[in-house]
Amino acid sequence: MTNLALRKDPYNIVITGVGGQGNVMASRVLATMLVRRGFRVTIGETFGMSQRGGSVMSHIRVSSAAVWSPQIPKGRADLLVALEPVEAIRVLADYGNPSVKSLVNMRPIYPVGVITGEADYPAPETIRKAVAALSETACFLDATAEAIRLGNPIWGNIIMIGAVARLGVLPVNRELFAAVIREGMPASRVEANLRAFAIGEAAVA
Amino acid sequence: MSMDRGQREGDEVLLMGNEAIARGALEAGVQVAAGYPGTPSSEIIETLSRFAETGKLYVEWSTNEKVAMETAAAASFAGLRSLCVMKQNGVNVASDFLLHLAGSGTRAGMILITCDDPGALSSVNEGESRHFARLMEIPLLEPADFQEAKEMTRWAFTLSEEIRNIVMVRSVTRMSHASGNVILGALPPAVRKAEFLCDGAVSDPERGPVISAPVIEKHRLQQEKIRKAAAIFEKSPFNAYSGPERPELLIITSSACRLYSLEAVSLLDAEDRVGILKLGTTWPLPPALLKRVLSTTEKILIVEEVLPFLEEQVKILAAEQVREIGVKTFYGKNDGALPMAGELNPDLAMAAVGRILGIDPPVLSSAYRKKLRAFAGLAPRREQTFCPGCPHRASYWSIREALQRDGRGGFVCGDIGCYAMASLFPAAGFYTAKTLHAMGSGTGLASGFGKLGSFGMDQPIIAVCGDSTFYHAAIPALINAVHQNANIIFIALDNNGTAMTGFQSHPGIDINAMGDASPVVDIAALCGAIGAKVVVGDPFALQETRETLNRLMEGQQGVKVLILKQSCALSPEKKGTKRYLMQVDDALCRGDACGCNRLCTRIFRCPGLLWNREKKKAQIDEVICAGCGVCAGICPAEAIRCEEAAKS
Repeated sequence: MTNLALRKDPYNIVITGVGGQGNVMASRVLATMLVRRGFRVTIGETFGMSQRGGSVMSHIRVSSAAVWSPQIPKGRADLLVALEPVEAIRVLADYGNPSVKSLVNMRPIYPVGVITGEADYPAPETIRKAVAALSETACFLDATAEAIRLGNPIWGNIIMIGAVARLGVLPVNRELFAAVIREGMPASRVEANLRAFAIGEAAVA
Repeated sequence: MSMDRGQREGDEVLLMGNEAIARGALEAGVQVAAGYPGTPSSEIIETLSRFAETGKLYVEWSTNEKVAMETAAAASFAGLRSLCVMKQNGVNVASDFLLHLAGSGTRAGMILITCDDPGALSSVNEGESRHFARLMEIPLLEPADFQEAKEMTRWAFTLSEEIRNIVMVRSVTRMSHASGNVILGALPPAVRKAEFLCDGAVSDPERGPVISAPVIEKHRLQQEKIRKAAAIFEKSPFNAYSGPERPELLIITSSACRLYSLEAVSLLDAEDRVGILKLGTTWPLPPALLKRVLSTTEKILIVEEVLPFLEEQVKILAAEQVREIGVKTFYGKNDGALPMAGELNPDLAMAAVGRILGIDPPVLSSAYRKKLRAFAGLAPRREQTFCPGCPHRASYWSIREALQRDGRGGFVCGDIGCYAMASLFPAAGFYTAKTLHAMGSGTGLASGFGKLGSFGMDQPIIAVCGDSTFYHAAIPALINAVHQNANIIFIALDNNGTAMTGFQSHPGIDINAMGDASPVVDIAALCGAIGAKVVVGDPFALQETRETLNRLMEGQQGVKVLILKQSCALSPEKKGTKRYLMQVDDALCRGDACGCNRLCTRIFRCPGLLWNREKKKAQIDEVICAGCGVCAGICPAEAIRCEEAAKS
């Protein structure tokens, strides 16, 4: 496929969430689409211990020319995709800058400390305010609620990828997603993923 | 979304570093691969096992890293290319065999792949395997990107055959678990036949017995091989300099740190002032290459993880060549330019380069930093804990109850696996787990504690051990405990798989790494055979488990084994299914008025249970809850209800 121009080189994407939300899957799907477009892509991620209820984060570097470090330098994210709202704030604190665009799934997964009453979870309005203040543009979705309506909360990650496509900052679209998902997944799961992607697209105005 | 056999030579695909390493081995015609699971190394054997069904490749998850290395060595002796894979501390386990193997030499190409974990992202140590290359006098290679991970692995087999010894390839978490573009090469069609030629004299490397004696003679021969490797490394394309002819600062780096160094120089806009020597062959260093590059400048920064391994080698070479290359100023770990513990990143590299060259790193605007400060601390900490439905939470709950009831200050010796979280995050194990060291060490420590009764120690001693860890290293310690008549309770937390690293097979599972049916080594039968008293239970049966534990604590001297069997909540057979639909009955939950002090949320701490701040009562989070039903057994008001879920 043709290598389309990037807004910035390298273009830096952070996908964040909580272990079990499909963070790794989302980053692999998005990166695979970009490799198909002819880019050099690096994904940096940690899993293992961090899967067990901890915060997880994938760094995706997209470039026309070079392999970039699997860790994005601090303050240098161009796009933030958060599968969980406070994880958006956590990532912005380290990687935010005035030109970052943020997409945030607003379904909270409460840390154990919040469940036990030892810590407070910020109100949705507070989260929206913080993300908006720290981003050039911010878009808030109810991806988990939509995914549950579709039949399984796990599809929230693909809904978010559909939203990324609609944002128009990366040369990815539904056809490319369909091609990648058909090769990487059993046929039985393709339809639900395509529907999730479409829901994500529709959620971004 | 991973590499599959549909991909062909010449395709450019996205591969994880570990997949690229596996691909390189396949392109080299590897025929035997063995390893023990450990983050960040596990995907190498997993990827190879997907190719095993072709019949050209044998892949196994061995009981431990030493056995894995021995398995791979046997293949090499019999003329087949082989590899063994392990995480950094696995090399410690394999090191006794490695010492002797390095002395005896190998035949067909054999490589050791180690995946280190700088920053201990998934480890309880920050051990470094690179030092083993020098200690054992074997060559060391370190790939610096994904394509190179494949090419270097493939070439390592050639090098091994050229010097007739094992070659070590070292990756790190940020290479192994990162992904990038890789152009695939051809897979060789030929399969070699296995035969161990052993009818020659000791001095015959092709047909003689394979041993490390006569020691001095073999040791000298081994050192000749290392000199040969150094000569080959002088011309290796894996070492490359980029930058100005006479740089103001020379960075010497390897592995993921090369990418951090490149980014640091780019962020500081210092490409015309800084040169980078990227080394792929990091032991032994090629002296002529180093001499040439060191001659170009006076300031040298070594960027590496974690200890100053390259730094020390470079300094030795610089000292030996000082008359020719002149006096240098070195920056790195020893002078504190870079931290000597924890992993590096582009920012740390940038700070070091910036300080040396007097360049201020770029910063965010003060207006943005003010906003960051305004929202600082808004995100609550996300403490790690056992998954919803995890059998370990139930097991530790019963251990806590039993120890409290016993009242003599008993404790748990922890071990390696998910259940280690009880030691790392004390609340997750209800403050029962008090030690955590190497694989199997919980049992060894318990064996030692269990002999301190004659010095007045009467605390009950419990060792916990997962099923995979049991086979790996707990058996000798448990045999010791039985033979010494140590007074301990040994609990096997049998969740039916190597759960922490992704459900790899082990001797307790009836299939092997290649998916073939395999004989099972039964933990209960084995413990019984060595003379321990064995009880088998279900950790989800809280009361029964607690009563069993108290009975064992009060029972006679010696080793008592309790096997708590329940599959991991993330295991393929359980994941996404719920046995029970859980609900909190608002009429029965008395909230703060109960007097239970929010036992379910504050103490039991399952992420599937929430404290509803408006209602001031407990509540089930239906998205998170795994439906194990255990929490129904802890509520004193019996307000948590389980209803059998419909089978889907």
